[in-house]
Amino acid sequence: MTFIAKPKISYAGQPKNALGLSMHDYEGTISTLCAGCGHDSISAALIQAFYELEVAPHKVTKFSGIGCSSKTPAYFMSSAHGINAVHGRMPAVATGSNAVNKSLYCIGVSGDGDSLSIGLGQFAHALRRNLNMLYIIENNGVYGLTKGQFSASADVGTKAKKGEVNEQQPIDPVITALGLGGTFIARGFSGDKEQLVPLIKAGLKHEGFAVLDVLSPCVTFNDHEDSTKSYAHTRQNFHRATRLDFIPPAEPISAQYEEGESICVNLHGGSNVMLRKAGQEYDPTDRARAFAYIEQHQKRGEIVTGLLYVDAEREDMHTLANTIDEDLIDVAFEDLCPGSAALADLQERFR
Amino acid sequence: MKPTDTLQPDYFHRVVDCQWACPAHTDVPEYIRLIAQGRFTDAYLLNRASNVFPGILGRVCDRPCEPACRRGRVDAKPVAICRLKRVAADHRDAIDDRLPEIPRRKNGKRVALIGAGCASLTVANDLMPLGYECVIFESLATTGGLMRSNIPSFRLPGRVIDDEISTIIDFGVDLRLNTPVHSLKALLDEGYDAVFIGTGAPSGRELELPGRHDTENIHIGITWLTSVAFGHVHSIGERVLIIGGGNTAMDCCRTSLRLGGKDVKVVARKPRHLLKASDWELEDAEEEHVELLLNHSPEAYVIENGRLAGMRFSRVEWHEDESGRLRSKTLDEVVLPCDDVILAVGQENAFPFIERDIGIEFDEWNMPVVDETTFQSTRSDVFFGGDAAFGPKNIIWAVEHGHQAAISIHKHCQGTSVRDRLPRGVNLSSRKMGIHEWSYSNDFSALARQAMPRVDLEKRFKELEIEVELGFTVEQTCEEVERCLNCDVQTVFTDSLCIECDACVDVCPVDCLTITHNGEEQDLRKRLRVAALEIEQPLFVSGALKQTGRVMVKDENVCVHCGLCAERCPTAAWDMQKSTILIPYASDEDAGTDSWKSLKKAG
Repeated sequence: MTFIAKPKISYAGQPKNALGLSMHDYEGTISTLCAGCGHDSISAALIQAFYELEVAPHKVTKFSGIGCSSKTPAYFMSSAHGINAVHGRMPAVATGSNAVNKSLYCIGVSGDGDSLSIGLGQFAHALRRNLNMLYIIENNGVYGLTKGQFSASADVGTKAKKGEVNEQQPIDPVITALGLGGTFIARGFSGDKEQLVPLIKAGLKHEGFAVLDVLSPCVTFNDHEDSTKSYAHTRQNFHRATRLDFIPPAEPISAQYEEGESICVNLHGGSNVMLRKAGQEYDPTDRARAFAYIEQHQKRGEIVTGLLYVDAEREDMHTLANTIDEDLIDVAFEDLCPGSAALADLQERFR
Repeated sequence: MKPTDTLQPDYFHRVVDCQWACPAHTDVPEYIRLIAQGRFTDAYLLNRASNVFPGILGRVCDRPCEPACRRGRVDAKPVAICRLKRVAADHRDAIDDRLPEIPRRKNGKRVALIGAGCASLTVANDLMPLGYECVIFESLATTGGLMRSNIPSFRLPGRVIDDEISTIIDFGVDLRLNTPVHSLKALLDEGYDAVFIGTGAPSGRELELPGRHDTENIHIGITWLTSVAFGHVHSIGERVLIIGGGNTAMDCCRTSLRLGGKDVKVVARKPRHLLKASDWELEDAEEEHVELLLNHSPEAYVIENGRLAGMRFSRVEWHEDESGRLRSKTLDEVVLPCDDVILAVGQENAFPFIERDIGIEFDEWNMPVVDETTFQSTRSDVFFGGDAAFGPKNIIWAVEHGHQAAISIHKHCQGTSVRDRLPRGVNLSSRKMGIHEWSYSNDFSALARQAMPRVDLEKRFKELEIEVELGFTVEQTCEEVERCLNCDVQTVFTDSLCIECDACVDVCPVDCLTITHNGEEQDLRKRLRVAALEIEQPLFVSGALKQTGRVMVKDENVCVHCGLCAERCPTAAWDMQKSTILIPYASDEDAGTDSWKSLKKAG
């Protein structure tokens, strides 16, 4: 960590987006994470993605639980809304917020502890109801805040900093989400923004629950030689299943994408995602084959990344619940709260 | 691109834009830090080592450092480098005990210096500590050359000139005032081992137009300024026209206001952006309500009844022709009434005292042929420097010429080759003190440039001698020093330590770092986080990084040297190291390259 805050400097030639904002306008407060933490890179990727999507910061709500990862929302978009919830209970709070303010981008940042241990149930149910949010799991395989014990995502055989070997099966968020019927399942790496930024953009534009598992090395407790979640190990075993390009609504899809070699997925609001196969047979719209592909590569010790499964057709929570089009904040008070007579009327119907 | 060799002395020197732009390579960031610590005498001496006249230059330097200052690219206005230099000079203590010792036993070599201006004085300053006998010949009754005769005392008080020149004269220089040299041949016959000619560019250019010689009220700018400086002229008419658009014109108009001028106009042929005067000198003149008339081409002096009544001008419009040259088109004519005209249309060299048959070659413009590195003429024992060498420049250039000529004179007198000169060097030392501690002020200060406090307009015209600029106050100094970005505290990268975590890239407040695949410079410049369009500013490229084989690229352009990359780096692949550029002077030449560098490092 550092005590020296990043100064806000407008230098000559600084790029601005269509809203007239620079990347600095999407930044948060000074990070108190360890220097070199993967989570800081993910914050930077989020900043870049929101900047490039030209999202006004006040149109975003950020959610998190507890853990190193859950500090992240403080480190991007200070001017967005946000709630830091109880450990593992962030999905419930996000659901409540999204229920009344559906027009806001909803983004949750959690970790392997917050989502795969204490919050596994909450995670599974948010996914089941297809809550319209981007759910990022900053996955480093250890409990950093409590000094490096194995987390539920630690691989079999990986060693802790002091030498103990993990023997319990890991819970893989990607396989879990596939099993639970997720509609957008992706994996990235904090050390590869070229891939991570388009994944974040696509996840934000996906109408439904977008799970983005990001390998994010813990530079203090899990970046040593026999760790399977270190920078070096991740880079050595990194395997791209797909290459993804995010295409904003106004931009035409260029001819460089040849049919048969790429798949176009239409997202909410006119954006598209072009998935280019990286040389091998992979179909991210076929759940069974995705499952087999990931399993097969995982056995070889490879870490499969990219947009691994997408189903843009399945309806999200609001559509399923048949809610009104507006945010509840825009509904007149009399309509929201029609009075005790109306309540009595309603209760009468359940007698 | 190949990995950048940062040990090549010019690489980090170039990053320190101010020092690179300064002809004398003054170590600006270091002296600003010394001022920040209240060490004014140390700051003064550091300045003196390179520019010899910090008090004078702190007032009237042409400041090539300021347009180059990185701060100007970050928030539009450069650090007030020149003004801070004056702070050091104004507040220093006595320096007598810290000046070099002058050997009592001389080395037996005698050097004649013609002209007691900044170039000759610099040569004497560098050679006296080596045991040379220096004799300065000056035609005027006082020292300082154009610094005293042409720069008005309301900008540069005489006491400041006296003070800094006497330091050098007191080394034991044989100063001969009122002693013009009429024949270089005769002087050489006296047996000097070397002669240095630092006679400046002493003659003002004429403007021959109808009526020029029919009145007494047309003056040559620099001659007139000299007459004012030495008390021969005390007044001028109420309506004055100054012809020309350079810094001499600015001095003439402001001097006129102090001698009785009420309606003073500067008239120039060119549009404003093409005027030779420095922006701040133009602004100073305008602050005193001098009217600036642009695009007026002088045609004739208007003489009525034997008296100067005015001047006739063509008003012109400028456009570029096919070859890109500026051409003027006359629109109409105007007559501007006036009582006096001062011509400030340029300066010229004059060498009437140099015989053409003594081995000194002159070129087609009647200028001596002088080597640009050694300042030696075609006669091996005669050297030139300052305006006398390559025409009118400014004080700081003359000082640098003096340093280089002193090296050459020393080598010539010792019988070694003047071409065999010491190279520049660079010394690096880490500024890391501990966790989160750096031994320099690395917090970025967003403060705006301080404005110089000045004497009120009503008061300043009362006397010629009243210095207009008052110097920074303590509070202003404290704020201005923090604006310096410490460009000499360099970001030094060790590629074998990098784990490519992106922490430095993410934290950089000016987005100047990128980890990417290597490529040719042109291609790489486009692929950075923010395209590096300022091609004058170098790119740093590391060797291949361990994990992916990519390279770390840094665009030096707007780096604010805040040290956050080093602060954030988990493996100390980045470090902040102070670069000291080693500039050789005459006194270093005897030591030889290696021992010289180790000496400087130890010191």
